Parts: sequence; structure tokens; C-alpha cells
Amino acid sequence: MIGLPHYLLLGAFLFSIGLFGVLTKRNAIAVLMSIELMLNAVNINFVAANKYVAVNDVTGQLLAIFVIVVAAAEIAVGLALIISIFRQRKTVELNDFNLLKW
Amino acid sequence: MFNISAFSLYDAVFIVIAGVTLLAALGVVLLPNIIYSALSLILTFLGVAAIFFQLNSGFIGVIQILVYAGAISILILFAVMLLMNIEPGRTNLPTTRLKALFAGGGITAMFLTALIAAIGFTKWPQLQLITTDNSVEMLAEAMLGDYVIAFEAAAILLLASVIGAILIAKGVQEK
Amino acid sequence: MIEFILPNAWLIPFLPFLGFALIALFIHRWPKISAGVSIAFIGTAFIFSLLVASAVFSEPGGAVYEFTTRWLEMSGLKVDMGLLLDPLSAVMLIVVTSIATLVQIYSIGYMKEDPGFASYYAYQSLFAASMLGLVLSNNFGQMFVFWELVGICSYFLIGFWFGLPSAKNAAIKAFVTNRVGDFGFLLGILFLQIIFGTLAFSGLAEAVPEYTNMAVLVPVALLLFLGPMGKSAQFPLHVWLPDAMEGPTPVSALIHAATMVAAGVYLVARAFFIFSSVPEAMTVIAVIGGFTALFAATIALVQNDIKRILAYSTLSQLGYMMMAMGVGAMTAGMFHLTTHAFFKSLLFLGAGSVIHAMAGEQDIWKMGNLHKKMPVTTWTFIIGALALAGIPPLSGFWSKDEILLGAFASGHYGLYILGAFVAFLTAFYMFRLIFVAFFGSNKEGEHAHESPGVMTMPLIILAVAAVFVGFVNSPFMHHVFGEFINHPMGIQPHPSSMIMISSSLIAVAGIVLAWLIYQKQAISHLAIRERFKGIHQLLQNKYYMDEFYARMGQIFVYGAAQVMFWFDIHVINAFVDLLARFTGKSGDTLKYTEDGQVQNYALYMVAGALILVVVATMAAVSVIA
Repeated sequence: MIGLPHYLLLGAFLFSIGLFGVLTKRNAIAVLMSIELMLNAVNINFVAANKYVAVNDVTGQLLAIFVIVVAAAEIAVGLALIISIFRQRKTVELNDFNLLKW
Repeated sequence: MFNISAFSLYDAVFIVIAGVTLLAALGVVLLPNIIYSALSLILTFLGVAAIFFQLNSGFIGVIQILVYAGAISILILFAVMLLMNIEPGRTNLPTTRLKALFAGGGITAMFLTALIAAIGFTKWPQLQLITTDNSVEMLAEAMLGDYVIAFEAAAILLLASVIGAILIAKGVQEK
Repeated sequence: MIEFILPNAWLIPFLPFLGFALIALFIHRWPKISAGVSIAFIGTAFIFSLLVASAVFSEPGGAVYEFTTRWLEMSGLKVDMGLLLDPLSAVMLIVVTSIATLVQIYSIGYMKEDPGFASYYAYQSLFAASMLGLVLSNNFGQMFVFWELVGICSYFLIGFWFGLPSAKNAAIKAFVTNRVGDFGFLLGILFLQIIFGTLAFSGLAEAVPEYTNMAVLVPVALLLFLGPMGKSAQFPLHVWLPDAMEGPTPVSALIHAATMVAAGVYLVARAFFIFSSVPEAMTVIAVIGGFTALFAATIALVQNDIKRILAYSTLSQLGYMMMAMGVGAMTAGMFHLTTHAFFKSLLFLGAGSVIHAMAGEQDIWKMGNLHKKMPVTTWTFIIGALALAGIPPLSGFWSKDEILLGAFASGHYGLYILGAFVAFLTAFYMFRLIFVAFFGSNKEGEHAHESPGVMTMPLIILAVAAVFVGFVNSPFMHHVFGEFINHPMGIQPHPSSMIMISSSLIAVAGIVLAWLIYQKQAISHLAIRERFKGIHQLLQNKYYMDEFYARMGQIFVYGAAQVMFWFDIHVINAFVDLLARFTGKSGDTLKYTEDGQVQNYALYMVAGALILVVVATMAAVSVIA
């Protein structure tokens, strides 16, 4: 009874929660965490689609692995940036990172 | 759609895991203390890993636990500890800009509606979950065969990001 | 030899072109060798032309040889190139090659001191090649190419002494004036291609007479005639030819008297099948020709520059030829072209000899008494002038007489009277020139000296030709010229002794009047000048045509510039300003979106993604439903 649409719905919900976090959180680290949620939602879709649709193929799972790799790289660099900014401005509030404006 | 006789243990497990995962994800976003958020994030990662097991993709599930729940979470926790200079209960509040809050909430709701509509409108064929799992061998063949260039590129990306992260976090030495 | 030359007639224009290429690329450092090469090639072309002519004229009525090959082909357009050897082109071949050869020999003496000796011969060869190509063309497209080539050679040679501002300006004037005519010519050619689908003379000759839509054919014929109007310097596009005298005198003899300016007449003869089927166009040609003849002859009466007198005389005679074409006397027009080529180039070369002897002096009032010092030049010049005036039995008599006869016989009595009056004026101004320059009492001619043999020899040959060429269409030779060169639509009236005698008397009257005024001085020309001061001023200033064009140019160009300036400021500039203001304003407004809040940027991005998702979903739903 549980099928592919349910997995996709789970992914959609997870993605939306992450999106909400990205758009509304004040803390830069929280935004990074929300991005991880979105990436995980994508991974669920990839793996579920792979397991339901493609019989003798692993491309979906392979893509999930690459997403994980990129996510790891992203979180490392992202945290490094936040640390660097924190050192300059003594805050992690995104609202204050508005130097680049008109 | 909901037919109690067709309701199996598999379905029950899925509902439980999905519920836990979504609740944990909501916790990440809504909890006011960033430490709790980070812990909630670990729970979410584990839930997603459980979903992977549920999908007969043990290998991805294991990677999920190792990389996300293990490495990335710890990295985030370290960063959180390092950067906390205000009282813990106010570390993870929503943005002060009300307009951004409402716009973000609105657009998220619309996005979710659109995705649900897209899934709902699609006529899904009767698909069966593939239960056999020989994906490790196939992944190995694919990764070192057709996708070897992408594999190498990913390796170089990781190397570059590690070096870049070190350099950025270290900062420029003032002379 | 004849079997060889007929299919290889392309050698005739090719040899001078080869000469041009050799001189321009390799041997321009050695002026004497350059001249030798040029003369050798044009001489060979002359011999080949004689062979071609002997083949063409060996059959009664003239043989026609046509060689065609496909030049380029694409869908909807086929362009052929080819050679047409018929009596018309054969006559032109002989005229062009013989005069070109003599002029080039003459130039050895005339241009001896010039630093541009080698490049002069390069241009001469290029001109000869282009002109011969024009003559041999068998279709309008190819002819137009060579038509433009002779135009550019004329530009080079008028501006040969480009250090002089007057020469430079004259070259530009000639080129620009010819553009006006050539534009119409090109339009006419394009119309022919569109209407008839071919540009070949043979194809058009069959198609045009059967074409009955006069509303189309009349403008096409008039457009085509614009080309000859420019090239043959017919009123109102005549202004460039007198100024073209800034070039070296042998150039004036070859290009601006004998050959290139006659190309317009040749074109009218070649396309006679078009013009003769459009009576309106024929009338226009006749009237413009006749008017030009009178107009130029009156100006020539009062000019003092020896070359300008001859230039206006050339204009006048070209008008004569056009008039002959217009009244339908195509044979007479071509005949006059042939004879005129010989005696007018003789006159120009004689004038060149005088200018050479006088160290560049061109004012006839500063010459005088040249006949003692320069007997050969003087006597050949007089022969040329007698031929031009139409004294029997010299060549000009026969051809001019035929034109008058044609005008009379075709019922154009007004044009006949006009032509006769022009003949009187012609005799008068030529002998005014001779009495003043060669027999005048002025002593300044005393230090002059006869030109070297290399210059007098061509004069003598041309003088002989000027005497005898006319006989080919005289009753003594049974009008042999007219048997070959004619057209079914043209007229060839029987000679009339009344017209012969009257035109001879008119010419003699002109000479006598000139003798009375300028030699015997029974009537003071100064008194006449005083008496008719207004007319004299008008003629002296060439009817103020140049001033008129300058004024018109000022009014229209300046006016157009004013309009365009206004348009530029108030429309184009205003539009650009509007764009700038719009961009600035929108930037001013939109800059507030760049508020430095990354989450806002993410919001915009997600909004875009949302639109994509919605559109994709709707598209998928509509496909399913």
C-alpha cells in the first residue's frame, strides 16, 4: 500500500521544512542545517525512485552518494566561512551580514 | 485509498519512521536552542537512514549514518559550541524581520502545495519495490566504470573543500 | 590565323590587361620598358582586331560570331559571359585599338619628363583592356562591369597629376557625375533581368520588340539611357567632361574624345533594338542630343583654353551622335562616332603638341604665329579642324552630312535646322582657335619648336585617317559602312545633293566669318564682345551650370542636413535619452531589492523555482487530461 508517492511526499515535506528554515532562520548555522534537510529530502527522492523504477540500475543511488559528497564539502566550507565571519563581527546573525548592498 | 486489510507491517514501520523524521525536522527548524536543533538534526539524519533501509538500500543508509549522523553533525556541533556567545535559549530564533518571516512561510506553503499537487496529479503506475539488494557491487562498478570521471572530480572537490575550509577558518595572519 | 583568333578573341582585351599587370607588378621600375611592353601589347591587340574585322567583314552584311560560357549559376539567376563579334564591335575594336596604339606612341614624347611615366602606361593599358572588354561584351551585365572599369580608369587618368587640386577635384567630379548616370543604368539592367530573364543582347533582341507593355518599357529605356547620358556627357550630366581636361592631353585624346565618351553612343547603338521600339525614348534621346550639341557649341565660342574648346566641341559632337541615334539614323551615328574618333583625337594630340611646345601654356591668346615654327602640327591640326567643320571631302563631311540628312529625312526639321546651325558654330569656333593660336600676331609663340618625330608621326597617320575614313560610307564606296552597320528599325536615306551642298556652304560660311573677325580683323571681336556683354558673360560662365549645381547641392544637402539634424536631436537623441532615463529610474527603484539580506535573495530564487514547478505541473496535467 505504501508506494513511491508516499516516499515522494515524505521528501516534499522534508524539503519544505528545510526551505522554511533557510528562509526564516536568524542563525547562519541553522540555515546550513536546514540546507542539509533539503539535501536529505532530495536523497530520499533519488533512492526511492531508483528502487521503484529502475530494476538493474543504481544511478539514483549513485547520485545520492554524490549529493552526500557535495553536502560534506559544502558544510565544511560553509562552517569555515561562518567562523571567519564570526571572527570579524562577533555574531552569526544573518541579518547583520548585509555589507553587500546598495 | 486507505484499505485496512492491505495494511501491512511494512506500512506501519514506514509511517512511524516518517513521522519521527518529520517531527525531528520540525524540531530542527522550530526549537529556540541551537544545541537542541543540532541534536534534532542528528535524529532526522537517522530517520532518513531508516527510510533508506526501508527502501532496501542498506549501503546508502550506512553512508548516511556514517557521513551525516556521524561526521557532519559533529562538525556542526563543534561550530555551534565555538560560536555561541549569547544565552543558549535565544540562539535559534526566527528572523526579526517580520516581512521576511511571512514571505518565507507563504512561499514555503505554496511550494509544498505545488509539490503535493504535482505528486497527486500524477497517474502512478503500479510499481513494486525491488527487494533484492545487490546495489553495492553495481555501485562499485558504476562508480569506477561509467562514472569514474565524476568520481575523481568528487574526490578533487573534497580535497579542495578541505584545504579551502582550513584556509578560510584559519584567517589571514596580520603582520 | 583567322581560325585562331575568332574563338580566342578574348585575347584582345586580355593582352592589354596582361600589360597592365606586368607593368604594375614587375617592371614599373623601368619606365622605357613599361612603355614598350604597353605599346607592344596594344599593337598586337590592334593586329588581332584587324584579323577579327577581316573575318567579320568578309561576308555580305557582316558575319556574327558569339561565344558564351556560364559564369555563375544559382537558383533563379544565371549569369553568362561571352564575346560578341559583329560588325558593330569590329568597327569599335579597330577604332579603339588603332587610336590607343597611336596615343600610346605619342605619349612617349609627351610624357617623357613625367615621373609617373610607368604608372601612366599601366593605366593606359588597363583602360584599353576595359574598353575592349566593353566593346566585346555580349550581355548587359558584363558590359556594366567593363563600363565601370573604364570609368575608374578615367578617374585615375584625369587625376593623374593628383598633386594639383584642380586635377583631383576634376577626377572626383567625373566619377561622381558618372555615378548618377550609372545608377540609372544599373536599375535599367536589373529591370531587364527581371522582365526578360536574360541580359544577353541576342536574347533581348528577340524578346524586346515583342514586348508590348509600354508603361514598363518606357521607364526601362529611359533608365538605360541614363548610363550613356553620364558616360557620353549629355546635358545635364555634361559638367564633368570639360573639367576632365585636367588630365594629360593624350588621355583627353584617347578617353575623353575618341573612345570612352563614345561608349555611350556605342551602347545606344548596341541596344538600338530596345530604344527603337520605344518612340518616346527615341524622342528624348534626339532632343537631349540636339540640345547638348547646340549648348556645348555656344559655350565653345568664347572659351580661351585650347583644350576646353576641344572639350566643348567633343560634347557638341557627342550630342550630334545622340541626335542621330534619336532620329533613327543609327548608321550615321556610328559612322560619325568612327570619323570623330580619328579627327578629334588628331585635334587633341595636335593641341597636346602645341601645349608641349609652349611649356604647358593652354591659353590660345598667348599663342600665335605657331605655323612657322610647327608646320607639321599646324597642318595636321588644320586638316582635323576642316574634317570637324565638315568640309568635303574630308571624313567629317560625310558623317555629319548623313546625320543632317537623317534628321531631315525622318521629318525632324527642327533638329535639322539646329544641326545645321551647330555645324556653322563648329566651323566658326574651330577656325577662331586656328586663326588665333596658329596665325595670330602674338609673338609669344616664337620660342616654340616642332615636337619630336614620335609625336608628329601619330599626327600624320591620324591626319591621313581623318581625310580618308569618311569615304567608307560615301557614294564613292557605295556606302559600304552602312551595309554592315545598320538596324532594321533604323533609317538609311538616300544622299541628297541639296543637303550636301547646303551643309558645305554653312561650314565655309563659318570659316569665312572666323577669318573676317580673327584674321582680317574686319570686325573687331572686342566690339562684339562689348556689344553682347550679357550673352558673352553667360557663355563664358558655361550657362552657370556648375554654379547652379553647387547652389542646388547647397540647398538640398544643407536642407536635408538640417532636417536630419532636427530628427537626430528630437527623435533619435530623445529616444536614447528616454532609454537612459528609464534605465536610471528603474535602477534607482530596483536597487532596494539589493538589500544585502541573503535570505531575501534566496526568497526570489525560490519564487522563480516555484513558478517553474507550477508551470511544469500545469503542463503535465494538461497533457494527461
